[in-house]
Amino acid sequence: MAEAASARQQAAGPSVSSAPLSTLKAFAGLLSSLLLTFIGLTAITFVIGRVMPADPVLAVVGDRAPQEVYDQVYQAMGLDRPLYDQYWRYLTQLVQGDLGTSIMTARPVMDDILRFFPATLELATIATLLGIFLGIPMGVLAAVHHGRWPDHFVRIFGLLGYSVPVFWLGMVGLLIFYANLGWVAGPGRLDVFYDDIVPSVTGVILIDAALEGEWEIFWNAVSHLILPAAILGTFALAYIARMTRSFMLDQLNQEYVLTARVKGMSERRVIWRHAFRNVQVQLITIIGLTYASLLEGSVLTETVFSWPGIGQYITRSLFNADMNAVLGGTIVVGVCFVGINLFSDLLYKLVDPRAR
Amino acid sequence: MSVPRAVVEKSKGLRAWLLQDVPDSITQARVQRFYLAWLTFRRNPIAMTGFLIIASLVVMAAFAPLLTATSGLEPQLEDRLQSASAEHWFGTDGLGRDIYDRIVWGSRITLYIVGLVGIIVVPVGLVVGTLAGYVGGAVDTVLMRITDIFLAFPRLILALALVAALGPGLENAVLAIALTTWSPYARIARAEALTIRNSEFIMAAKVQGASTGGILFRHVMPLCISSVIVRLTLDMAGIILTAAGLGFLGLGAQPPTPEWGAMISTGRQYLLDQWWIPTVPGIAIFVVSLGFNLLGDGLRDVLDPKSAE
Amino acid sequence: MDDAPLLIVEDLHVSFDTPKGVVDAVRGVSFELGREKLGIVGESGSGKSQTGRALLGLLAARGHARAKRVEFDGIDLLRADERTMRTIRGDRISMIMQDPKYSLNPVMTVGKQIEEAYLVHTKASRKQARERTLAMLEAVRIRDPRRVYGAYPHEVSGGMGQRIMIAMMMIPQPDIIIADEPTSALDVTVQLQVLAILDDMVSQNGMGLIFISHDLNLVASFCDRVLIMYAGQVMEVRNADDLQNAEHPYTRGLMSCLPQVGDRGRELAVLTRDAAWIDYQGGSSD
Repeated sequence: MAEAASARQQAAGPSVSSAPLSTLKAFAGLLSSLLLTFIGLTAITFVIGRVMPADPVLAVVGDRAPQEVYDQVYQAMGLDRPLYDQYWRYLTQLVQGDLGTSIMTARPVMDDILRFFPATLELATIATLLGIFLGIPMGVLAAVHHGRWPDHFVRIFGLLGYSVPVFWLGMVGLLIFYANLGWVAGPGRLDVFYDDIVPSVTGVILIDAALEGEWEIFWNAVSHLILPAAILGTFALAYIARMTRSFMLDQLNQEYVLTARVKGMSERRVIWRHAFRNVQVQLITIIGLTYASLLEGSVLTETVFSWPGIGQYITRSLFNADMNAVLGGTIVVGVCFVGINLFSDLLYKLVDPRAR
Repeated sequence: MSVPRAVVEKSKGLRAWLLQDVPDSITQARVQRFYLAWLTFRRNPIAMTGFLIIASLVVMAAFAPLLTATSGLEPQLEDRLQSASAEHWFGTDGLGRDIYDRIVWGSRITLYIVGLVGIIVVPVGLVVGTLAGYVGGAVDTVLMRITDIFLAFPRLILALALVAALGPGLENAVLAIALTTWSPYARIARAEALTIRNSEFIMAAKVQGASTGGILFRHVMPLCISSVIVRLTLDMAGIILTAAGLGFLGLGAQPPTPEWGAMISTGRQYLLDQWWIPTVPGIAIFVVSLGFNLLGDGLRDVLDPKSAE
Repeated sequence: MDDAPLLIVEDLHVSFDTPKGVVDAVRGVSFELGREKLGIVGESGSGKSQTGRALLGLLAARGHARAKRVEFDGIDLLRADERTMRTIRGDRISMIMQDPKYSLNPVMTVGKQIEEAYLVHTKASRKQARERTLAMLEAVRIRDPRRVYGAYPHEVSGGMGQRIMIAMMMIPQPDIIIADEPTSALDVTVQLQVLAILDDMVSQNGMGLIFISHDLNLVASFCDRVLIMYAGQVMEVRNADDLQNAEHPYTRGLMSCLPQVGDRGRELAVLTRDAAWIDYQGGSSD
C-alpha cells in the first residue's frame, strides 16, 4: 500500500500534496475556523453582556447588591475603558477559564459548570446512541422499501418525532410512565435517598456507582435516566432516521448502484456495501449535529425532569438574573456546539476519499 | 345534476391548455409549472394533510372572535380546574379560563411569531446573501464569516442569552429567534446569486448603466426569493418549537397572553391531577408543527421529484 | 462458432407510470442477436436505453416490461425470478454505462470493484481475484495496473474510467455485453481507443455486443448490423455497410444530416419528422 501511495505521488506529479500534508492543511484550516468562530461567539456574548443591558454591572451583581460590591465589579469590568479594551480583557479572562463569579452560588462560574456538565453529557450521549443504533437501520429500511409501508411508517414516525415539542413529550411521558404506570423513576438523577452516597469521580453516576460496586444506586440511576434519555432519543432517532432515509434514497438513484446490480450482486450487498458506504460519510456530520443539538435541547428537557445539568443551570441562572452564569453557560455550550461540528467536519474530510 | 355544455367544454379546454406539451408563451409555461407542481403536490396525501392543517390554523386565527365565547384572558375563579365538558370543550385552567378559547386566540400569536420572524429573516438573508454572492471578494468573505458565526451558535441558548439581556417579552423572543435563524437564508441566497451573476441579462443590465444596488434589487433578489421562501416553510416548524420552548421557560409572551408554550409552563403544576391543562396546548403546538413539516416535505417532493419517487 | 442466436427479442414493450399518465418508451421492438456487434441507434427518447435495461430486468422504478418472448439460452428473461436473473447479470449478460464518473462507486478503490465483479460469480481466493483483476487491467491496456488498482474513481481520467468499466464487466466473461453510450462522455481521440479495446475483447471472446448510441456514424463504422429506433419502435434494420441503401425515410433523413468530408458549400440538411412515423408498424429484424 505504501508502494502504491508513493507510486501515486510520482504519477500524479508535483502539484498534488502527499496525504499527511493535506490532512495537516485540513486541520489547520479547521483550527483557524474554530478560532474565528470562537472570537465571533465571544463577541456576541460580550455584546449581550456589556452592550445590551442598560446597566451591565447591575446585570452581573443584581439589584440588591451593596454599593461596595457594585464599585468593585465596576472596576473589575473596566467599564470606564473603551469598548475594545473591555472586549480584550473579557477575551483574555475567558481563555484562562475565568467566566466570572456567580451571584447565586458565589463560586466561579467555571466550577459550577464543570459540576453540572457531566449530567448533560450523560443524557446527550445515551440519547445519541439510541438515535444511531435504532435510527440508521430504520432509515435504510425506509429507503430500500421506498413507497411501501415500512417507508411510510418511518416517514411518519420521523415526522412525528421531529414535530413534537420535546419538553411537552417529556411531561406527558412523566405523566404516563411515572405517575400512572410507575414503570420509571421520577424527576432528578437519583432518589433523594441515594444522594451524595457515591463519590463523584467522573460526574457520571452510572460509571461512579459501577466503580464503587453500588448496584442498587446504579439501577436507581438507570431508572431515572431511561425516560429523559428515551424522550431525547426519540428526537435523535427521528432526525437520524429521516436523514439516513434521505441520503440512502439519493444514493440508490445513482448510476453506480445500477452497476452493482448489473454485476449480479445480491440486493443486500448492493444496499450495504455500496449505497450505505456512501452514506456513512455523510452520517458523521449528521451525528455530530444531533449530538450538538441534543446538548442544546437539554435546556428544556432538564427543566421538565429536574435534571441537574447545564441546561437547568442556565435557566435557573436566568431567573436569578445571574448574568455571568448565563453567559458563561452560553459560551461553554456554544463552544462545545461549534467544537463538535468542526470535529465532525474534520472527521468527514479524513474519511471521504474524494475530499482528500 | 347536469352541467351546461359550454362549461364542460370550457373546462376541457382549460385542462388541455394546462397540459399542452409545448407551451405557447412564458405565462403559459409558468402557469403550467404551477399546475403540474400542484398535481404532484395533490398526489401526495402527506403534503395535502399538512396543507389542510395550516389552512385550518389560518382560518382559526382569522375567525377567532367568531369561534370563541370569551377572550380567554379574564380569570373566572368559580370555574377553575374543570375537565372537558359541553360548555368547556377542553376544560378550564387554574384561573378558570376556557382552554379551548385560549388555544384559538393563541393561534393568532403563533401566526404572529412565524410571520414576524419571516419578515425579518427573509429580507436580511436576501440582502446579505445576494450582496455577498454578487459582489464577491472581501465583502463576500466578511459577510460569510459573520453568517457562519451566527450559524454556528446553538439557537435556543443564544435566544436565552438574548432574552436574559433584553428582558422577557414576545417581541424580544421573536428578535432572538430571528437572530439565530437568518443565516441559512443568506447562504441560500448567496448560492443562487453566484449562479446568476454571470448571466447575460445581468451583463445587459450593467451595460445599460444600472447600479449594483439596482441590479441586486430588481434582478438578482427576485430570482433568489423562491428558494428562500421554500426554506422558510421548511424551517417554520422549528421556529414554532423554539418559540414554544422560550414560552415554556417563561421568556416569550407574558401572562395573561395565551401563548401555547407559556400555557404549558403555567399549567405544569396541575399535570398530575388536571392533566389537560398543560397537555392540550402541547397537542396544539404538535399539530401545527407537524402541519408545517408535512407541508414543507410536500413542497420539497414537488420541487425535487427524485426524492419523492 | 455456432450460428444460433444468443438472444431473441420478440415484441418488447416498456412503459412507465408518470404523474401525467402512462408513457410507452418501447413499443413492440423485435430483434435477434448473434455473436456479432449490433448497434441500436436513436435520438433521445427513442427507447434505446430502456431496451437494454429491460433485458437485464433493471428498469427504473415504475417501469414495466412485457414481451412475447425474450429468450436467452432457453431462459425467458422477463419471466425469470430474481435469483436466476442475478446469476445471469454480470456472468452471462453485462452492461457498460456511459459515464465512469457516475457509474463507478466513488468510495471504493477500482481494484476492489473489479474484484467484486469476479468474486460474485466465482469461488476464488482474494489473491486469485487480485491477479485476475490486474490481468484484466492490462488487457484493457492500462499501463500501470498496480497503481490504478489502488486508485479511487475520481483519481482516473474519463478514458481510463471507461476501460476500467470494460475490465469490470468483462472479467466474468459474459456471453452478451450491452454498451449504453459507452463513448459519449469521452473525447474523440479517447473514443477510438476505447472502441478498439471493446472490439478486441468482443471478437476474441466471441461475445455478442449490443451497442446503443445516438451517433449513427460511429455505429455504422463500428458495428456489423444497425437497428434504427424512433419513438419506441424499430424503423429499420440494416447491415452496417449497407446503410446507403436504407429505405425508411427516417434513416435516410439521418444519413443525409451527416456532414460528408468533401461536401463543398452544401447546406446541411435538417431532419423533418413525419408524424406518421410514430404509428409505423413494422421494423422487425430478419
